[in-house]
Amino acid sequence: MSKQLKQILVAAGLLAAAGTALAAGADLGQAQKQATNWTAIVMFAIFVGITMWITKWAASKTKTAADFYTAGGGITGFQNGLAIAGDYMSAASFLGISGLVFASGFDGLIFSIGWLVGWPVITFLMAERLRNLGKFTFADVAGYRFDAGPIRTFAATGSLVVVAFYLIAQMVGAGQLIKLLFGLDYMVAVILVGVIMMMYVLFGGMTATTWVQIIKAVMLLVGATFMALMVMVQFGFNFESLAARAVEVHSKKDAIMGPGALINDPVSAVSVGMALMFGTAGLPHILMRFFTVPNAKEARKSVAWATTWIGYFYILTFIIGFGAITNLIPNPADYYVGGEIAKGLKGGGNMPAVHLAGAVGGDIFLGFISAVAFATILAVVAGLTLSGASAVSHDLYASVWRHGNVDQATELRVSKITTVFLGIFAVVLGVVFEKQNVAFMVMLAFAVACSANFPVLFMSVLWKDCTTKGAVAGGFVGLILSVSLTIMSPAVWEASLGNPKGTAMFPYASPAIFSMTAAFVVIWLVSLMDKSAQAAKERAAFPAQLIRSETGVGASGASGH
Amino acid sequence: MSQDDVVARITSNPKFQQFVSTRNVYSNIMTMLMMIVYFGYILLIAFNKPFLAQKMSAGGVISIGIPMGIGVLVFTIVITWIYVRRANTEFDATKDAIVKEASK
Repeated sequence: MSKQLKQILVAAGLLAAAGTALAAGADLGQAQKQATNWTAIVMFAIFVGITMWITKWAASKTKTAADFYTAGGGITGFQNGLAIAGDYMSAASFLGISGLVFASGFDGLIFSIGWLVGWPVITFLMAERLRNLGKFTFADVAGYRFDAGPIRTFAATGSLVVVAFYLIAQMVGAGQLIKLLFGLDYMVAVILVGVIMMMYVLFGGMTATTWVQIIKAVMLLVGATFMALMVMVQFGFNFESLAARAVEVHSKKDAIMGPGALINDPVSAVSVGMALMFGTAGLPHILMRFFTVPNAKEARKSVAWATTWIGYFYILTFIIGFGAITNLIPNPADYYVGGEIAKGLKGGGNMPAVHLAGAVGGDIFLGFISAVAFATILAVVAGLTLSGASAVSHDLYASVWRHGNVDQATELRVSKITTVFLGIFAVVLGVVFEKQNVAFMVMLAFAVACSANFPVLFMSVLWKDCTTKGAVAGGFVGLILSVSLTIMSPAVWEASLGNPKGTAMFPYASPAIFSMTAAFVVIWLVSLMDKSAQAAKERAAFPAQLIRSETGVGASGASGH
Repeated sequence: MSQDDVVARITSNPKFQQFVSTRNVYSNIMTMLMMIVYFGYILLIAFNKPFLAQKMSAGGVISIGIPMGIGVLVFTIVITWIYVRRANTEFDATKDAIVKEASK
């Protein structure tokens, strides 16, 4: 691509941002009164400008498939840790968790813990082996000794299903949020997200995606730290007095200090916990990030830093939620519809953190936090799209269809074409699902990740007798079971599909406890029964795989160092 | 020296088997600890809400469940660093020595 064309695209990006600013101006009166959207739009335009400039620089460095998928493997552990945090901390976790703390206090804390506990599991069981065995996608890991056709077809399916559900949740969330914060049309917001994200991935590949995620993570952490500090300053850094004031003003009074309705049925609680704990280790866009660092040591450092930042962030959201209680509830005229608490917060239940930003930092800071929320969505969808594109181009096209006989330039071209298709697909999904309740989609992505991707990865790396047939059979059982049980669960069957209450055939909040167990059992049984010559060959290849996974000898990108 | 030779020598080195099993035991124990702490907390919430809602001090509002919850978050971060510390120093040194021995 010519330099000129790139400059035109950069200019177009800025113009798009400016154009939407105009559109927002017209909408300001009727949409949401609380946001002086101009500040937010200027801040967001600056973010887009900077990231487009980075994308241009990244484009000059993105020449091979390895550059595109893994930024050439040259990211440090600390940088990658921030990028993972940026990939993982979605707008939903920032606004949603602080909103949950605002609504029910303690339950928000329980919820956030679930989103962190998967990280040590990745560190202890996966990170190093993944780095040593893999090259571009997690299918490389399972594909090390297994028959490429079936195992990569499965892995690509698992990746694409997770990416699709995650994308729907992000796109619909993006549309609603931007409509609210910037006063844009839903349609305009969704297209804007799709176009900007596509430019990052298409031209800048993993290098641009990584830096967008790092910048976003830093902005989000700085913004959240500032809010939490301002709240703590109000109470002389005494959490007891913050909590006492919250209990005093909250309608649920002392109930916000104890567990509420979030966890009642132990089976659901354990099942959701399993989905979060093991699902994190099966998310393709997260696993892909381990191939961007040069070796296992840096891969471990990445997760340790990621865990630190994400955990720190959740502690902040807890304080922010309480700060929202003490700052917003006593001032219903400013923050509630019609000034009445009974009518709910302006903009809905996800807005406490945004309103609090205005309360403690004024309009400028409110604009900053709104821009951060937008940037957050871009960073997450860029990571998702990149991992979806690599599943198609590297696993399906290059390995399955062309049996590895494909040059780098062609593979790179296929991934770029896929990126465009995924971008359009994301926008279409965002539009199709606009009116749907998509809250369950992220949980569904985690359920599939823990029931299909994780068992296959785990068994292929750690169990010497595992075979292709076992892995593929178990993986598909986990995939089908997790999706169908989720559809039959109350969150989808009743809340989204509108069937009468009590008709859901699967009574629990998450299928993980059943679908993940089933996947492991099927992998084990089918592998045991597999007496084929291929199976014998695969078992014989285990010692070599073990050495590479444990020592990194022969690992991609590591041998030369 | 070809890579196959290195692989063969590492495989036959008893120190390698020893190393793999030590590290596996360690990472399994750490995984178990994390599961016990997290699922323990979740099941405690499911079965004994009043325990968690008890106040830390008479007249205060903060319940026992809150520092425990923050504790689980902090534990998650700390246990990750403990593992990474040991893996990046002790385990990597042992591994490097084994690889070096096999590559001679």
